[in-house]
Amino acid sequence: MGISAMVGTPIKRREDPRLITGQATYVDDMKLLGMYHMAILRSPYGHARIVSINTDAAKALPGVIKIYTAEDLRGKVGNVVVAVPLGRIAEGMGIRGALAEGKVRFYGDPVAAVIADDAYTARDALDLIDIEYEPLPAAIDIEKAMQPGAALLYEEFGTNVAMSSHPPTDEMDKIFEQTVADGGIVVKQRIVNQRVAPVPMETRGVIAEYRKSDKSLTVWSSTQIPHLLRNFLAATLSLPQHQVRVITPEVGGGFGCKLNYYPEEMVAAFAAMQTGHPVKWIEDRSENLAVTVHGRDQLDYIEVAARKDGRVTGLKVHGISDMGAYCQLFTNVIMIAFGFPVSCGSYDIPVHLSFDVVFTNKAPTDAYRGAGRPEATYVSERAMDLVAFNLGLDPAEVRRINFVQPDQFPYKSSAGAVYDTGNYEPALDKALQIIDYKNLRAEQARKRAEGKLMGIGISSYIEICGFGPKGTAPVGLYESARVRVEHSGTVMVYTGASPHGQGEETTFAQIVAEEFSIPVENVMIMHGDTDSTPEGRGTYGSRTTAVGGAALFNAVQKLKEKMKLIASHILEASPSDVELEDGKFSVAGSPQKSVSFNDVALTANFSNTLAPGIEPGLETTVFFEPEACVFPFGTYVCSVEIDKETGETKVTRFVAVDDCGRQLNPMIVQGQIHGGIAQGIGQAMWEGVEYSEDGQLLTSTFMDYAMPIAEEFPQFELDHTVTLTTVNPLGVKGVGEAGTIGSTPAIAAAVADALGVAHVDMPFRAEKMWKIIHQQKG
Amino acid sequence: MSIPAPFDYHPVKTVDEAISLLQEYSDDAKILAGGHSLIPSMKLRLSQPGHLIDIRGIDGLSYIREEGDVIAVGAVTPYIQVLRSDLLKHHFVALTEAAEDLGDQQVRNRGTLGGSLAHSDPAGDMPAVVLALKADIVVQGPKGKRTVQADDFFVDTFLTALEPDEILTEIRFKIPPARTGTAYIKLENKASHYALTGCAAMVTLDTDGTCTAASVAITGASTKTTRAGTVEAELVGKKLDEATVAAAAQHAAEGLELVEDIHGSKAYRAQMTVVMARRAILQAAEHAS
Amino acid sequence: MTMKRAITVTVNGQQYSSEVEPRLLLVHYLRDVLDLTGTHVGCNTSQCGACVVHLNGEAVKSCTILAVQADGCEVTTIEGLAPEGSLHPIQEGFWEKHGLQCGFCTPGMIMASYQLLKNNPNPTEAEIRKGLEGNICRCTGYQNIVKAVQYAAEHMQTSATEPVGAGE
Repeated sequence: MGISAMVGTPIKRREDPRLITGQATYVDDMKLLGMYHMAILRSPYGHARIVSINTDAAKALPGVIKIYTAEDLRGKVGNVVVAVPLGRIAEGMGIRGALAEGKVRFYGDPVAAVIADDAYTARDALDLIDIEYEPLPAAIDIEKAMQPGAALLYEEFGTNVAMSSHPPTDEMDKIFEQTVADGGIVVKQRIVNQRVAPVPMETRGVIAEYRKSDKSLTVWSSTQIPHLLRNFLAATLSLPQHQVRVITPEVGGGFGCKLNYYPEEMVAAFAAMQTGHPVKWIEDRSENLAVTVHGRDQLDYIEVAARKDGRVTGLKVHGISDMGAYCQLFTNVIMIAFGFPVSCGSYDIPVHLSFDVVFTNKAPTDAYRGAGRPEATYVSERAMDLVAFNLGLDPAEVRRINFVQPDQFPYKSSAGAVYDTGNYEPALDKALQIIDYKNLRAEQARKRAEGKLMGIGISSYIEICGFGPKGTAPVGLYESARVRVEHSGTVMVYTGASPHGQGEETTFAQIVAEEFSIPVENVMIMHGDTDSTPEGRGTYGSRTTAVGGAALFNAVQKLKEKMKLIASHILEASPSDVELEDGKFSVAGSPQKSVSFNDVALTANFSNTLAPGIEPGLETTVFFEPEACVFPFGTYVCSVEIDKETGETKVTRFVAVDDCGRQLNPMIVQGQIHGGIAQGIGQAMWEGVEYSEDGQLLTSTFMDYAMPIAEEFPQFELDHTVTLTTVNPLGVKGVGEAGTIGSTPAIAAAVADALGVAHVDMPFRAEKMWKIIHQQKG
Repeated sequence: MSIPAPFDYHPVKTVDEAISLLQEYSDDAKILAGGHSLIPSMKLRLSQPGHLIDIRGIDGLSYIREEGDVIAVGAVTPYIQVLRSDLLKHHFVALTEAAEDLGDQQVRNRGTLGGSLAHSDPAGDMPAVVLALKADIVVQGPKGKRTVQADDFFVDTFLTALEPDEILTEIRFKIPPARTGTAYIKLENKASHYALTGCAAMVTLDTDGTCTAASVAITGASTKTTRAGTVEAELVGKKLDEATVAAAAQHAAEGLELVEDIHGSKAYRAQMTVVMARRAILQAAEHAS
Repeated sequence: MTMKRAITVTVNGQQYSSEVEPRLLLVHYLRDVLDLTGTHVGCNTSQCGACVVHLNGEAVKSCTILAVQADGCEVTTIEGLAPEGSLHPIQEGFWEKHGLQCGFCTPGMIMASYQLLKNNPNPTEAEIRKGLEGNICRCTGYQNIVKAVQYAAEHMQTSATEPVGAGE
């Protein structure tokens, strides 16, 4: 296999052999000697006072070791970590311990933890714990939760609103007035981005083991953030950082919901410390649907002004973020820190932003594939479609004339983000060409004449990812790589990133193989163990390649330079004349004068006659902090058909043109986009977490939470453009979340188009479609 | 962890053994055949029987055979056998198609026809099909066998005419006259894939296309699977064209105690029942000709 | 206290005798008693298919079967699909076509694909998507899973591929 063509080649993943044979180890696959099992008793109420807890009967069940409540943790275990406590949160609002104290504030709120000999006994013990609750009225509807007289989660604060910003709108109002005076329009719309559940196929799980002799805690967790988890555990359990080790086993999907710090991790660690036995907790699917962080749940009120020709002159966005009952890691800033900065989307438009961030008696929300950007993109795309609809213009053309132009990059958007590079029009044109837009519209006209409901939707998204540069978060969001070339010529890489399905064991090896011009089989990528990897920030936010890959690239360059120096001494040439190609260092112009990569590696590690000034060994650690975020983009076009009688909607075609800069492995890139699109369509069409008015979770199993199956999707037709970024030496942007960000608005546009209306709120379930169709008839 | 509460397990070799255990444990015992309705409900602890009587080991409860003018299906016949039966497909395509569409291939390997009927899920496919096909259900207890008409078998949500000491042993389908067609069409609940509402229909036409018999059963819309009597009455004696069937189907939701949940309101279920009924009857009529 | 029961089960060609609680699910028997952790638990309503194994040659959801119901039966798990060191064409297909990402649904998906192809050796795309209605994947959007099964169908026309210790 040609070595120089490694990057950009769709080679098979090296993760797969262990996964397809059932040999991989996920956290529930591990059994430790003397291991106990933990089960959690949770609130069946959306909002209630805890009156009393009686664990006598449960404690008496043979096999039950211990039962913990909040009382046992007081003073010993700190609070759930919140990254950016702002507003009232800084005063304690929404901050909680690992187990509920005094009150429960959402269905599933953890109240007691049973530690038992085996998992079945732990489960049985839950039924024997007697808790008396005094149910309280619940705040469920977010707008009602903001009204005076609403049920309060934190009575001492007198409100459910944690953070607010309503800056004056005078300047934007002037623009709106002028636009209307010039014959343009202003469109107002209320937009719901409903609460969904991330649902990785592997639920959460943790095993904690504590050695009393040296006070060392080891935690295996199905997490996306091993190093952050280690730091959080150390802080909340008052352990020195060096005595805490976190290891991620195989992780069965995360999608952002495992980028967090959870009560169960804290209690399992505490229980291990108290009992001296390893403690395992594995989340049940109903628990997962109830308490693992939910995604989205944002309400937006927008006003968009546009000239007659479709050029948008201004956009007002008032965003209301539903945090649920407590703050988890990024709960309160998903909308304002991650979404708001890209409120302008792909467009050169002024935007005015205001917000309320509110608590309700539901599970906490936090990062879910896109984390704020799907919500922001949904808003900017709906805005474009509303303009097109109200002016009778083609939505493709409205986008085209509003795009940020190629000569405007780096583009400082009015919402705050500075976009690195972009070229939006070719992606739009390519997508329109692949779907044969003109003929698709003609087909639509024919079908409409037959009385059928067919819709076409376009979405031209950008997104912000590759977190992140200084100032993005309260801690540096750099990434790390330690690279070691062994005497055999094998390259060991230890990355601070934490892939869980994205394939970096393969793609990172491709980078190294290409740069060192060695076979990819000679490169090993290690991740997930905080003892062996340098401090990192984990895998989420489409950052692993853009930031982790960049760190790796830089580390490899450093070693390459050193190897060239060593080779130059062996070859008796000047270092500047030495080239590396086909696994050999040779002198430019004299290819017969060469020394192999492996021989240089051997020399560096073994030689006792290295030239003066050269340190033995070939190992380096690099931390890479990008100067800026990266901004992948693309255009999606799709078509839907709605059954007039039943309202059932079918996605008939889905075209996706994405630009994520350089593609390391096109097959893996496409896989990420497929999965992202499926989740985006899932939210648009079928998914939704629902609560009753008093806070009961109505979607606590897959019998009620609609998980998309294979039959429901068409084949996704993918293509791409390539616009490199200058933010990292690889020229890569992220791609993990793009599919989800771009697809939801495309479906929304297609459904509204099919129904001939300006806007419909998600999810586009059959009954909702049916109601609209029948209202139109009557 | 979703696991059942503790119970004792009794695999039996004969129907009499099963009956005597039912007599002994009564309401605290449940019959286990395919287990794909029972075990999920036990894992969620919605059902906590102290005793499971496993009847899969009883010889001679899984069969499909022609007995004169009846096709007899053993209670423990799994769906995979039902959907593969040329005999059933020939006479009752609604039954084989419903079996093909039910659950998934794993469920179809284990779940049984008898189990589905004994469970009486108000959104189940088989109760509707069996009702429309006017089957007779044979049950056996300490006093011997008795036959219950399908019409009398499904009493309420998860409640049948079975006494606590009785077990369902056979389902008998009378071979219909020539020019009889059947169909089953459902509108799926997108989460569970059960029927939000579904309609099974059997119509017999005489040589000039007039409907001489019709049975229509609705599932999913109500607290139990029900025959749509008014619809049936509006079909008999008429030629089944689009207009006639549509008019008859308008009555499909009448008399139903409609259910409402996050998957569908009463109004939607009612209207969709009409739509499913129309589609199923038309398809059955087409099969009949 | 309920009575434990003695069971004998042949798994991947090897016979095991154990004493188990009647309520022990087959999936837990395989994972926790026999240490065959390739079969996974992904839900609690028998919908996701991560737990699919073969019982007497038929694909079943091992989370919805009691270990005691497998007494005297033959079970094949993902670990027994192909002889050690080799890959079944279905496994090959998933690898070639990038039919997996996190891998959690994959063993069940592969075992289900085996049944699908046994019932229908030459399925259309629509038949594959319908055939896998009992398996949920959150990572792949199913597109490459379909390709993997198509690859397997093609390659299985040419060779006999019985799993280790398969039933009838």
